[in-house]
Amino acid sequence: MATDVTNEAPRVGVFVCFCGSNIGGTVDVKSVAEYAKTLPGVAYATSNLYTCAEDGLQNIKSAIKENKLNRVVVASCTPRTHAPLFQATCEEAGLNKYLFTFVNLREHCSWVHMKEKEAATQKAKDLVRMGVARAKLLSPQEEPRIPVEKSALVIGGGVAGMTAALSLAKMGFPVHIVEKEKELGGFVRNLNNLYVTTRDAMETIRPLINQVTSNPKIKVYLSSKVSDVYGYVGNFDIKIKTGDQEVKTKVGAIVVATGAIEYTKDSLYGYNVYKNVITLTEFELMCKAKTLPKVQRVAFIQCAGSRGQDKSYCSRICCNVAIKNAINIAENYGNMLGQSQELGKAIQEVPVEQKAPTEVLERRRRRRGRGEGDEGVADEAKFGPGESIEVTIFNRDIMSYGLDHELTFNKAREKRVRFVRYIAEHRPEVIMKGDQLTIKYFHETLKVEREMPVDLVILSTPLVSPPDQEQLSKMLKVPIGQDGFFLEAHVKLRPVDFATDGIYVCGTAKGPADITEAIDQAEGAASRAAIPLMKGYVQAEAIMAKVDQDVCSGCGTCIEVCPYGAIVKNDKGLAEVIAAACKGCGCCGASCPEGAITMTNYSDIQLVSEVLAALKEAI
Amino acid sequence: MADASFNPKIIGFMCNWCSYAGADLCGVSRYQYPPNLRVARVMCSTRIPPHIVMRVLAEGADGVMLGGCHLGDCHYISGNYFTVKRFDLMKKLIQAAGLEPGRIRLEWVSASEGEKFSKVVTSFTNEIKALGPTPVKSNPQIKKNLLAAEKAAKNFRLTALTSKEYVIETKGNVYGKKTDEATLKALVERTADEEYERALILTLTVDKSQSVKDLAGAMNVPTDRVLEHIVELRKNNLIAMEHGHGLTPTYKAIIIGGE
Repeated sequence: MATDVTNEAPRVGVFVCFCGSNIGGTVDVKSVAEYAKTLPGVAYATSNLYTCAEDGLQNIKSAIKENKLNRVVVASCTPRTHAPLFQATCEEAGLNKYLFTFVNLREHCSWVHMKEKEAATQKAKDLVRMGVARAKLLSPQEEPRIPVEKSALVIGGGVAGMTAALSLAKMGFPVHIVEKEKELGGFVRNLNNLYVTTRDAMETIRPLINQVTSNPKIKVYLSSKVSDVYGYVGNFDIKIKTGDQEVKTKVGAIVVATGAIEYTKDSLYGYNVYKNVITLTEFELMCKAKTLPKVQRVAFIQCAGSRGQDKSYCSRICCNVAIKNAINIAENYGNMLGQSQELGKAIQEVPVEQKAPTEVLERRRRRRGRGEGDEGVADEAKFGPGESIEVTIFNRDIMSYGLDHELTFNKAREKRVRFVRYIAEHRPEVIMKGDQLTIKYFHETLKVEREMPVDLVILSTPLVSPPDQEQLSKMLKVPIGQDGFFLEAHVKLRPVDFATDGIYVCGTAKGPADITEAIDQAEGAASRAAIPLMKGYVQAEAIMAKVDQDVCSGCGTCIEVCPYGAIVKNDKGLAEVIAAACKGCGCCGASCPEGAITMTNYSDIQLVSEVLAALKEAI
Repeated sequence: MADASFNPKIIGFMCNWCSYAGADLCGVSRYQYPPNLRVARVMCSTRIPPHIVMRVLAEGADGVMLGGCHLGDCHYISGNYFTVKRFDLMKKLIQAAGLEPGRIRLEWVSASEGEKFSKVVTSFTNEIKALGPTPVKSNPQIKKNLLAAEKAAKNFRLTALTSKEYVIETKGNVYGKKTDEATLKALVERTADEEYERALILTLTVDKSQSVKDLAGAMNVPTDRVLEHIVELRKNNLIAMEHGHGLTPTYKAIIIGGE
C-alpha cells in the first residue's frame, strides 16, 4: 500500500544516469549528481551507469526505503519511453507513481550538445534543478478505472488486417473489419505468385480469407470506410460508412492495417510515355491476366523513384520481387504468355528451398573450374543466344534480405539473369532509338556509356502510402512519418503501437514489408490490442482537470472549450469534470476566467516553479 | 547589439505528443542546437495560459518558445487552435509592456520533425542573441509592466474572451451566432489594452497613492482614459480614493488578503 506523503516535507531522491556513454560521454554525470545533493529538499542523489537496468532500479527502491524518500527524480532519457518503468519501480517501493518526475538529459541534452560538454553539463544541472522544483510540489494521485468495450476494429482487409482480425477473434473478441475494396486480400490481389511458392497468390491466401469470412466473431464490411472515430482506449465510438448506410458501433481497440500502394509517376523512365514501360505490379497483373507481350529482352530498373530519386527510402521488397519475376521469366516466359494451364510450372519442378543449396555448391565448383554441374550445361543449352529471353536487372545494389532470398538471388544468376549495377549519380535512362526502346546506362564496372535495346522495361517503384492516409491519420489522431507511412510509438521498443493508447499499426501501412513481416506485425498488433481487451479495464492517467467548487462561478467557459464534452454543470450550476471522459489536455485550465480549474500533475504552480527554477543563476 | 558572451536563457513549453516527441527524435538523430533551451513538458500547448508566459518573462527569461502539433494534428483535437489565440494575446501584452515581440515564439513541430526542431531552436536562439539580454534586469519598469500584463492575463473578461474566441469563430456563441475573425480580434485587442492599463494602474498604486495626472504621465496614456479606468476599478472595489494632497484626489489599490 502506498504511504501517504501529502503532509510530509519533501525528501527528493535524484538518480542521474550515465546511460553508458550516451549521457556520460558528454555530460559530467558525477558533478550533476553532486550538484543535485546541494539543492534544497534533496535528501539523496546518486549516479548510475544504467538507471533502467536491474541494479539501477534496485538502487531506486532501496534508496526510497533507506532515505525515506517521498519524491523521485530520474535524470536520464525520455519520459515518452521510460517513465512507466520508473513509475512502476516507485510503486514497488510503496511510492505513488505521481510522485515521480523525469528529467531528460539524453534526447534533450547530451545528444544535441555533443560538442559542448561544459554547456551541456550546465544545462543538465539546470534541468535537474527544474525537475527537483517540480518534484517537490507533486502530490499522489489516484487513477480512475475505465471499463473497456471488449471488441476491436481492424481497418484494412489485406493480409495484415485479416491476420490481426483472426487472431483477435480467436481470442474471443468480436472484430469489425473494414475494407474499402469489394473483396478481401489487399495488395496481394495484384500479385501473381508469392516468392518461393509458385501458386497463384490469391490461392495462397485463400485459406486465410475463408477463415476470416467464416468466423462468427468477425464482421466484414466490404466497399466500406471508417467515417468517424471518437473516443479513447477502451471506448471508441466508430462510424462505418457502408454503401448508403452508416453503421455505428463501439470498440475498445483499433488496429490500422491500411496497407500501401505502388508509386507511379508519368515520364519516370518513360513510364506512360513509351508503351512497354510498366511497373512491377502492372507486370504481375499482366501475368495474372495473361496479357504479357511477346518479347525477347526484358529489363528491370531497381530503385525507380526511390532511395533519393523521388522518395528517400528503400522500399525493401522490390529486389526480391524483381528477382522472383526475373526467374519466372527466364524459366517460363513461354508459359506465362498464356499457353500453359499452370503458372510457374518450371519452378515447381525444382523447388528453390530444396534445390538451391546444391546449386550454390555447384556454382562454387564451377567458379573454381572444378567439376561440371549438369544443370549448368542444361542452362546454357536452354538459354542460348537467339533462342530465349534475356533478362537484365539494373540495380544500385541487390538487397535480397531474408534466408531464402539470398538463395533465390543465386538462382537468378544461375538462370543467366544479368545484374548490371548503376550508381545514384548515373541513373540509367530509357530512350526511344528509332522505334526501338533502349536503355542508356553507364556501366559502373567498365566505366563506359552503353546502350541496350530492350522490349519491355519493368520499373521497381517503391511502395507508398495510399492517398487517404492523411485523412485517417487526422481522424485517429495518429502521426505520419517523414516518408508518409504511419509512425509507430517507438521504432525499436514499441513497433506496432501508436503513441495513442488503444490504436495499433501493422503491415505496409507503417512501411514496406513482405507478407511474412506483415503477418508477424499483425500478430504483434493483435496481441498488443488484446491487452486492454483481456484486462477489461484501463487505468486512465490521473492527469485531469479538477474544479474548485468554491471558486467556480459557473460561467461555462470550460464547458464550451472542452473538446471531449468532459465538463458538465452540476445541480449547483457549477462546473464538474467527468473523470472518465477527461483526457487532461488542460484547455479548460488555461481558459478558466476564475482560475478555478487545476490540472492534476500539471498545475500552474508546478509549471511556474519548474520553469522559474531554470532562471535562477546556477551555483 | 549582439554580445558574444551573452548566453540567453530560453524557456520552452513543449506538448507531449508532437513537439516534445520531435525534440526526442532530434536527439535520437543527433541534430545539434545551441544549449540555451530549457524545456518543460506539458500535455498540450493549450495548457499554457498567457499569464504564465508573462510571469516567466517578468522573472527574467530572455525568450519563451511554445511548441505544439501542426494545426489539425492536435492530439486533443483542437487544443492548438486555442493556443494560437492565446499566443496572439501574449504578443499583444508583451508589446504593451514594452518588450520586443520577438522574445516569444510559437512553433508547430510534429513527432517526425526532429531536424525541424533543431532548426527552429537554433534560429530562435540566434534571434534572441541578436535582441540581447532581456531588458527586465536593466529596466525595473518593464518588469513591473510585465507583472501588470500577468495580472491582465488573469482578468476574467480577457480570459473568457480569448478562450472563447476560437469557439465563437467556428461554432458560434451559446445562441449559435458566429462572429468573424477580424471583429473578434479587434475586440480582444481592445480588451487587452484596457485590462492591461487597469492592471498597470493597480500595480503602480500598490505602494503609493497617485493622482490621475501622475498615472497618465507614468503610463503615457491620456488622463481621461485613466479616469475611465479608475471609475471602472472603483466600481469593482479594486481601488480607493484618497485626499492626501490638497484638492487633487489620489488613488491606491485595494489589496485583499495579500500575495
